Amino acid sequence: MIKVEKLTKTFGPKVAVNGVSFSVERGEVLGFLGPNGAGKSTSMRMITGFIPPTSGKVTVGGYDMVANPIPAKRLIGYLPENAPLYGDMTVHGFLDFAAEMRGLRGDAKKRAVHRAVEMCFLENVLYQNIDTLSKGYRHRTCFAQSIIHDPDILILDEPTDGLDPNQKHEVRTLIRRMGEKKAIIFSTHILEEVEAVCSRAIIIDRGQIVANGTPAQLKQKSDMAGAVSLVVNGVAASEATQKLGLIANAKKASVLREEGSRVVVRVFPRPDSVNGELARNVADLASREQWRIEELHTEEGRLDEVFRSITLPETVTEERK
Amino acid sequence: MQTAVANIWTIAKRELKGYFASPVAYVFIVIFLLLAGFFTFMVGGFFEQGQASLRSFFLWHPWLYLFLVPAVGMRLWSEERRLGTIELLLTMPVTAWQAIVGKFLASWLFLLLALVLTFPLVLTVNYLGNPDNGVIFCAYVGSFLMAGAYLALSCITSAITRNQVVSFILSVVACLFLILAGFAPVTNMLVQWASPWLVNLISSFSVMTHFDSLQNGVLDSRNILFFVSVMVFSLFTTGVILRSHRAG
Repeated sequence: MIKVEKLTKTFGPKVAVNGVSFSVERGEVLGFLGPNGAGKSTSMRMITGFIPPTSGKVTVGGYDMVANPIPAKRLIGYLPENAPLYGDMTVHGFLDFAAEMRGLRGDAKKRAVHRAVEMCFLENVLYQNIDTLSKGYRHRTCFAQSIIHDPDILILDEPTDGLDPNQKHEVRTLIRRMGEKKAIIFSTHILEEVEAVCSRAIIIDRGQIVANGTPAQLKQKSDMAGAVSLVVNGVAASEATQKLGLIANAKKASVLREEGSRVVVRVFPRPDSVNGELARNVADLASREQWRIEELHTEEGRLDEVFRSITLPETVTEERK
Repeated sequence: MQTAVANIWTIAKRELKGYFASPVAYVFIVIFLLLAGFFTFMVGGFFEQGQASLRSFFLWHPWLYLFLVPAVGMRLWSEERRLGTIELLLTMPVTAWQAIVGKFLASWLFLLLALVLTFPLVLTVNYLGNPDNGVIFCAYVGSFLMAGAYLALSCITSAITRNQVVSFILSVVACLFLILAGFAPVTNMLVQWASPWLVNLISSFSVMTHFDSLQNGVLDSRNILFFVSVMVFSLFTTGVILRSHRAG
């Protein structure tokens, strides 16, 4: 549905987006991650046709966004960053306007507005002025605008920004549900959101794609992925780490903390270690030594750690030293 | 074509509703009518002239519009850019020119409403005497076209900046130029040292020259063409400016 090829945007000497290529198909929810100023919003603005790319190509539903913008824009619903709205209108008036702009009239318009209001829980504020709304309602009003014509493609720039935890959950559920039939791109800072909603994620840094894969694949890149954490009771910390470090496929073992007689240890695998093997070896060792194990599990790896190590290589290495 | 008209109308309707949802519309109309009345009766000496004409009413329009039209036009695009709603508007399936024309049309219609509300003056002169209603109609058309030209210039300045005050001042200056280029005291001064063709050229850019003949009841196509071309040129320039902002 969406195809982005070598998209580049420069503002004067500053390169905001540099040779970004990816594609999104129907049924996919693509998470767009990156630190502030990485080029997420600029990319989205080019995909939605708000700003023209310096070079590269955006194709939406087979239509070139630069050469043939109107049919391409018809397919897209867009929630811009910070959810801009016409403050002097009521929620109903605004959604009515959005529906008309999408070519809906009469009964079809009424049904579309009703549906969007229901999906975004806006019944209570329907005839309130947008200026008087709280941030959560403003955000949802703008979100309702983006889905009013039931578009095939949704582009959402930080859709959960400024919402409370309940609202965040609602919006995520909504995105996941709609993602089954639509192609969705959404940007976020919140990494748990990526795991909860996305079928694929792209990490973008300084205008370039630095990682692209399913959340599980990305987590594999973490140093922690495959590490085994355990809590032993009644064993000296030094003895535990020494013996655990000698396991064939362990790279090293380190003590995370000591709580009285309990020691929390994490064993990191060698790169060639097979999934699950390290945990088995640790368990075997513990039973040979007759350690009292209170907890033992394999770490999946954490997205935030991957994110940090990819987008902030210098600082992370320094911290480790 | 049909969708283009529908889009323009949808945008214009939203904009018009916006005027009336806030106090802007009411304040503007009241002030416009008060000032128009003040200039006609107090300064223009409507009754003292003893003529059944609206000359003293229309005489002040170029000056009245000088401040009031930029006040209407200053927010057209600067507000959209400041709030970021321009991103919403231009990612919908409309072309930029549809949005520009739609927003312009809304403000122009609003000014037309304000102008139409001066109708008691027409009734008054008709009650008091036998004015030439053709001349009055012609002057109304001229006044409306002049308001459109001012407004289109305000469109440009509102596209240049996010700041409404800056937009207002710039468009007052631009409109002032359109007045002064053909204002009698200024042209009299120019005649002293500039060659006649230059004076003519400069004054042909002025709304005064063109509004004067419409005020006198001459519905000349050249005058109409002047106002229309100022509007077309200004709206085109607005489009170019908006595009350059987006191109970065």
